[in-house]
Amino acid sequence: MIDQYSWITVYPEIILLALACLILLVDLGVKTAGRSTTYWMTLATLALVAGIQAEYALSGLNQYGFSKLIVSDQMGNWLKCFAALAVLVTLVYSRQYAGERDMLRGGELFTLSLFGLLGIFLMIGGNNFLVIYMGLELLTLSSYALVALRRDSLVATEAAMKYFVLGAMASGFLLYGMSMLYGATGTLDVNEVAQVIASGRIQHQVLVFGLVFVVAGLAFKLGVVPFHMWIPDVYQGAPTAVTLLIGAAPKLAAFAIVIRLLVEGMLPLALDWQQMLMLLSIASLLVGNLAAIAQTNLKRMLAFSTISQMGFVLLGLMSGVINGNSMSSADAYGSSMFYILTYVLTTLATFGVILLLSRKGFESEEISDFAGLNQRSPMYAAVMAVCLFSLAGIPPMVGFYAKLSVLQALVSSGEAMHIGLAVFAVMMSLVGAFYYLRVVKVMYFDAPVQTEALQAGNDVRVVLSINGALVLVLGLFPGGLMALCARAVSSMMAG
Amino acid sequence: MGLLSLAIWMPIAFGVILLALGRDEHAGVVRWLALVGALASFLVTLPLYSGFQLNTAAMQFVEREPWIGRFNVFYHVGLDGISLWLVLLTAFINLVVVIAGWEVITRKVNQYMGAFMILSGLMIGVFSALDGLLFYVFFEATLIPMYLIIGIWGGPNKIYAAFKFFLYTLLGSLLMLVALIFLYTKSGGSFDLATWHKLPLGGTTQTLLFFAFLAAFAVKVPMWPVHTWLPDVHVEAPTGGSAVLAAIMLKLGAYGFLRFSLPIAPDASREWAWLMIALSLVAVIYVGLVAMVQKDMKKLVAYSSVAHMGFVTLGFFVFSDLGVSGGIVQMIAHGFVSAAMFLCIGVLYDRVHSREIASYGGVVNTMPRFTAFALLFAMANCGLPATAGFVGEWMVILAAVKANFWLGLGAATALIFGAAYTLWMFKRVYLGAVANDDVKGLSDINAREFLTLTLLAIPVLYMGVYPKPFTDVMNSSVAELLKHVALTKLN
Repeated sequence: MIDQYSWITVYPEIILLALACLILLVDLGVKTAGRSTTYWMTLATLALVAGIQAEYALSGLNQYGFSKLIVSDQMGNWLKCFAALAVLVTLVYSRQYAGERDMLRGGELFTLSLFGLLGIFLMIGGNNFLVIYMGLELLTLSSYALVALRRDSLVATEAAMKYFVLGAMASGFLLYGMSMLYGATGTLDVNEVAQVIASGRIQHQVLVFGLVFVVAGLAFKLGVVPFHMWIPDVYQGAPTAVTLLIGAAPKLAAFAIVIRLLVEGMLPLALDWQQMLMLLSIASLLVGNLAAIAQTNLKRMLAFSTISQMGFVLLGLMSGVINGNSMSSADAYGSSMFYILTYVLTTLATFGVILLLSRKGFESEEISDFAGLNQRSPMYAAVMAVCLFSLAGIPPMVGFYAKLSVLQALVSSGEAMHIGLAVFAVMMSLVGAFYYLRVVKVMYFDAPVQTEALQAGNDVRVVLSINGALVLVLGLFPGGLMALCARAVSSMMAG
Repeated sequence: MGLLSLAIWMPIAFGVILLALGRDEHAGVVRWLALVGALASFLVTLPLYSGFQLNTAAMQFVEREPWIGRFNVFYHVGLDGISLWLVLLTAFINLVVVIAGWEVITRKVNQYMGAFMILSGLMIGVFSALDGLLFYVFFEATLIPMYLIIGIWGGPNKIYAAFKFFLYTLLGSLLMLVALIFLYTKSGGSFDLATWHKLPLGGTTQTLLFFAFLAAFAVKVPMWPVHTWLPDVHVEAPTGGSAVLAAIMLKLGAYGFLRFSLPIAPDASREWAWLMIALSLVAVIYVGLVAMVQKDMKKLVAYSSVAHMGFVTLGFFVFSDLGVSGGIVQMIAHGFVSAAMFLCIGVLYDRVHSREIASYGGVVNTMPRFTAFALLFAMANCGLPATAGFVGEWMVILAAVKANFWLGLGAATALIFGAAYTLWMFKRVYLGAVANDDVKGLSDINAREFLTLTLLAIPVLYMGVYPKPFTDVMNSSVAELLKHVALTKLN
């Protein structure tokens, strides 16, 4: 049933789609090297969409649309808003890099990013297995093309192939799991699935069978062990700008579908999927941190670091329901949301500096490329250091509060095993501190190979400074963002 | 903004301004601004002493503002008799370090000065935090500037030292973090220290918490056997870094025992006091012996720091007024003396670029004025009466004898070792005939060095002759603490 309220839930998507098509058309006529016209149009589109989503979120809109195919709730709207901002910031950082690498011959970078974002929006707003799946496919298909954007680069094409094959398999997993659940419950609607499962009429084995495939698919998308193999290769192989496009905003979408499918759709099965998430999380913390030590390529190191960070996100997600009691689950999921938001924020700034360091014909990928950055450009070295300390979870950077809130969710169960897990997690973050510190060491303690200062356009300088400052300022005053996440998640749980 | 907040944030604000000043062309401006900042930051701590009420154990200069609503965390700071002098000491040492680094540091001056200013503010924050999470944030944040100080301006093996320092101390504090979160949950959602002090806890829980805190604080103090990072780090750190590390950072750990371990887990503290005393005695005696055989002056003083901090923990865990007060006095005295010892080594190192004892000999012939200072500080390091080093050690030994004669005897022998390694080093470096051309070419200390050493000599002598101002402030707080520790919290 389509009523007038239905349209409200998809206005941002409609605007995004229309403007993406418009930009595609306008781009045909753009002849300038840097594609300024479409670049600024894209930024304006993203800012507009982010603004609408923020407005939606602030107004506390909680609305289903199109017979509950789409949901527009506070959590979703904030995630969409931040995803749009993340793509905006990514494009600001990437423009020079892309221009120097012949990636702006056409405007695909912009339009594919916008279509990817549309996919993200559908994933976040989907309240139906098929809508979520469609959004996922839209995002991943755009991403495959983006990774292969430098079609003459051997590494990039290889990464695109790997990404495509493994990504398709993951989508297959997810779809298979969804169809199992559909077969068992007879519905694709997330809320109805939850109701049917809660009624207890369905055989447990069938549900768990479907659940395993769904979790495996989600684990693929989040990039957690043992479904992480694509992450290092794609991070390393893709052009750095695209690495950031894949590594930042889509994480928010992955988080959203974990919430939609597991929490909203299958909360009655929490006992089952929490165990799976726990194993995935332990493996991710272990493998991600230990493997990151051995890396000399910074992008690859950050890929393994991502894996370990996602392990932390899962720690929050797996401590929602304790002994069948979901009293503190809003806290737990809120902590994971806070974690993933701060992770995206930090990742943006980290890659912003990497992109700045890469010049024409020179990829700054090795950790050693950062040697003596403090003497070349103290400001950017400071931004990078703040981000690395944040990823390592050292206060007063925001990453510390992310770890704190996840650990709190974990420890609050009071179970000995959860406390043991918290100790394991902090020990792994000690290992993590080592490799993040190593990059700081290279920047601050080693002598520079090149001595010239980094050149950045005004837009990059402003955005990167704000981004870096936010990592620190949100660390000094984390209360606001924490409260936002808690409110968003608890309204989702209630609604 | 209250006085105490000013004492915390003023040096940090100056530090941030210094960092923003950028390149080395402005080195002159940077130095003067750092001096102004350090002086102003020290001056704002003075009213904390003059306005301090002696007859109460309650927290003073308290400020309490909501900070993180989601976790019920407050920006809650205050001082009592235990922390007051540590705050003053921190601001004072920072001033000395800024002067000491004046012309020695020529590379990235703004970052050097900025790092020390920020570090000073953070450490004052640790001493005044009354909220568990606030404490942890300050406690951990100190690692970042110190890591950079060691790594950028340190000696040849600085990278190893910087990593060892960071990871070693992080290991301990991460376990404490889990303990803090556990206490938060257990207390029904509060990070307030006073609430935690009253929280009844079971025996096993207390023991686990005690060891989690021990992991953090023992590494920081450092207690034997987790002291091995200290000599490595001291040797490689720049002079100012060593001074701050020995004078203040080690006290963060000892202070933590008084604020966390003892009041939160009193039963476990009493139960495990034997272990703490044993470890302290090992530090005092064994590490004292280790110090004797060192060839490197900085290493020698580093080991002597471990031995001196052994007195501090020994004093804490005999649970008597005299012992705990003695431990705190020893912390303050060691702050002055160890900073002075490292600055003396710095004076020599700047001229000869060697820390080996064997590179020197007969320094008194070419640097008589400097040697006079060095002698005073060496005497204070051995704990000679009428110097700062004597008061605390004497109080602790007295308390130990009262608790158990053999304990006192063991602690007292340490004084002999202390005298032996310090005086032997003094003899080899300063006395005798001029050993080589390097020593022959030495010029005596200049006005700036004279000023820094004088600044430290005054409190060292004053504290030795008239320790009353130092002990008076802590009486009520220590008595209150011991009263609290004597009660069981088991439920």
